[in-house]
Amino acid sequence: MYRLDLRVGPVGYRVGSAWRRPIDALRRLYAGYPAPDEGLATLTARIEPEKPWRRHLRPQVAIRGDFELPDAVPMTLDHGLLAIEMAMNLQIALGERRHLLLHAGAVERNGRVIILTGESGSGKSTLSALLGEHGWRLLSDEFVLIEPGTGLVRAFPRAISLKNAAIAELERVVADRDRFGPLLRATPKGDLRHLRPAPDAIARMDERAMPALVLFPTFGHASQAEGMGQAELFALLTQGSTNYAALGERGFETMARLATTVPGVRFAYPDSAGGMAIVEQFAAELGI
Amino acid sequence: MRDALPLVRALTDPASVDHIMPDDWTALLSIARAERLIGSLAVRLKERDLPVSVMEALEAARVQAAFDHVQARWEVELTRRLLAPLGIRPILLKGSAFVVAGLAAGEGRMVGDLDILLPADQLNKAEAALLVGGYEWAKDDPYTQAYYRRWMHELPPLIHAERGTMIDVHHTILPLTARPTPDAPALVADAVDIAPGLATLSPADMIVHAACHLIADGDMAGGLRNLWDIDRLVRDFSRQANFWPMLAERSGVHQMREPVARTLRLTHQLYETPVDHAVAGHTRASDALFVRRLLSRDGWGRQTNRATRLAFYIRSHWMRMPPLMLARHLWIKARS
Repeated sequence: MYRLDLRVGPVGYRVGSAWRRPIDALRRLYAGYPAPDEGLATLTARIEPEKPWRRHLRPQVAIRGDFELPDAVPMTLDHGLLAIEMAMNLQIALGERRHLLLHAGAVERNGRVIILTGESGSGKSTLSALLGEHGWRLLSDEFVLIEPGTGLVRAFPRAISLKNAAIAELERVVADRDRFGPLLRATPKGDLRHLRPAPDAIARMDERAMPALVLFPTFGHASQAEGMGQAELFALLTQGSTNYAALGERGFETMARLATTVPGVRFAYPDSAGGMAIVEQFAAELGI
Repeated sequence: MRDALPLVRALTDPASVDHIMPDDWTALLSIARAERLIGSLAVRLKERDLPVSVMEALEAARVQAAFDHVQARWEVELTRRLLAPLGIRPILLKGSAFVVAGLAAGEGRMVGDLDILLPADQLNKAEAALLVGGYEWAKDDPYTQAYYRRWMHELPPLIHAERGTMIDVHHTILPLTARPTPDAPALVADAVDIAPGLATLSPADMIVHAACHLIADGDMAGGLRNLWDIDRLVRDFSRQANFWPMLAERSGVHQMREPVARTLRLTHQLYETPVDHAVAGHTRASDALFVRRLLSRDGWGRQTNRATRLAFYIRSHWMRMPPLMLARHLWIKARS
């Protein structure tokens, strides 16, 4: 097993791969990330041959780890880096029980957080990534962790997975080519390229911050915004959480506090520039 | 780490984790998750002074177990409500039984599907009530249905259409094709009420059932967890004066003397469970193979000892059905 240990926010990973290449790619992508505290990783993600004879001959990459889905489809070795990323994601999606987990992106400025959530294809990940290059600190593009008790957001700045049109969009904005992973063509999610978050997102990954706004973007429509009530916000947020029920009463309290103290707004935007302009407008209104 | 022994040691002797290295912790957590024993480990290590990140990982396991228990109790209650009006008292098996009865085996234990045992003559009524109550067959093909109904010790698995939870309705504790034939009416007759409309097996029968599950019905996957259940149950029950004579008697009644004895020797060897050696019998050379199978995990949490596992897989089918029937069964499964 080739191995890399690294820490992303509160999660100390041990990542294992039966092949060398994907781990090398992962090491380059995560350059500058800290090691787990006390050198002790507590969560393992692995990729390995689907069957023993699938190592060299037409290799098939299975996504495994401490937490597994029985019916995960194996991938080709060319997409090994994506398979590792998916294995790391799966550990959080299935195993995280310390924080309330929202399927969302989040950015911070002046100690206040805007959470961007919504279904796949809404543009939340791309928008979070772009904001992270324009004066905001990226906390996460995929999973937002909320601390029960304090209600603060913990950063989880994994590599951003850019898909299809978003790849070129970020290539135009990010000058440092070293931050990009290899371009992976024709993956199950289309063309895909990973991007390491900006240096301050990594350096400040342990700074928690208070949520100020929850946004539900929809990409590809004329600009338009509409507030929502607390009950609707609560219901929509529970739908986007993989561990809300499992946290029991703490999950309910944490979610209820978020939904009753932070406004929720649904908005449509025609393109990325328009989307960022709307977010800045909301931020100005809230004094962020 | 070459096998799962450090997990066994941590469960048996929590002080054994005091001086282990960071890498050993990482391996221990992966092995415990793979064996579905992380919640039990969290309970056992609760009082110890551990690295912060380990305490957080174990706290997460306690949260998960607490949620499993709420869900298990709720499923039990909904099932009770469906069956009580028909005068049917489900006998809870495995995890749900441990949790609802408040046994030490339930502490921190992950609980999945609900398993219940009913007298054979109540099976049809219960099945109809469950189907009306929102359950559906997990597999509806004619071969699976016919196979279960003719040869198995349980109905084909049912899944609740809305909640997605699964229930296994047993009428005995081993497949009808297996060589031993447990005395199902005796299991029901000796069941113990634990709440209005709910029961568990008697203490001795619970051990016999756990031994069936571990030794006589399956390839020992997840065996360390089953064996840990048995350790906790035996430690609980052996405080009762007549437990050992009862266990000796009941393992005879259910034609399970050998598997029960083997189970006791294994739990004694691995978890240092105090056992009555008159019931556990003498060590046999083959015990070592069982231990090897049980400990087949590496430090990444992966299964090891492929050949041993395959041997136990073949053994499990061999014990479950006669050879010609096995051939036919595997042929049909391979084609489907």
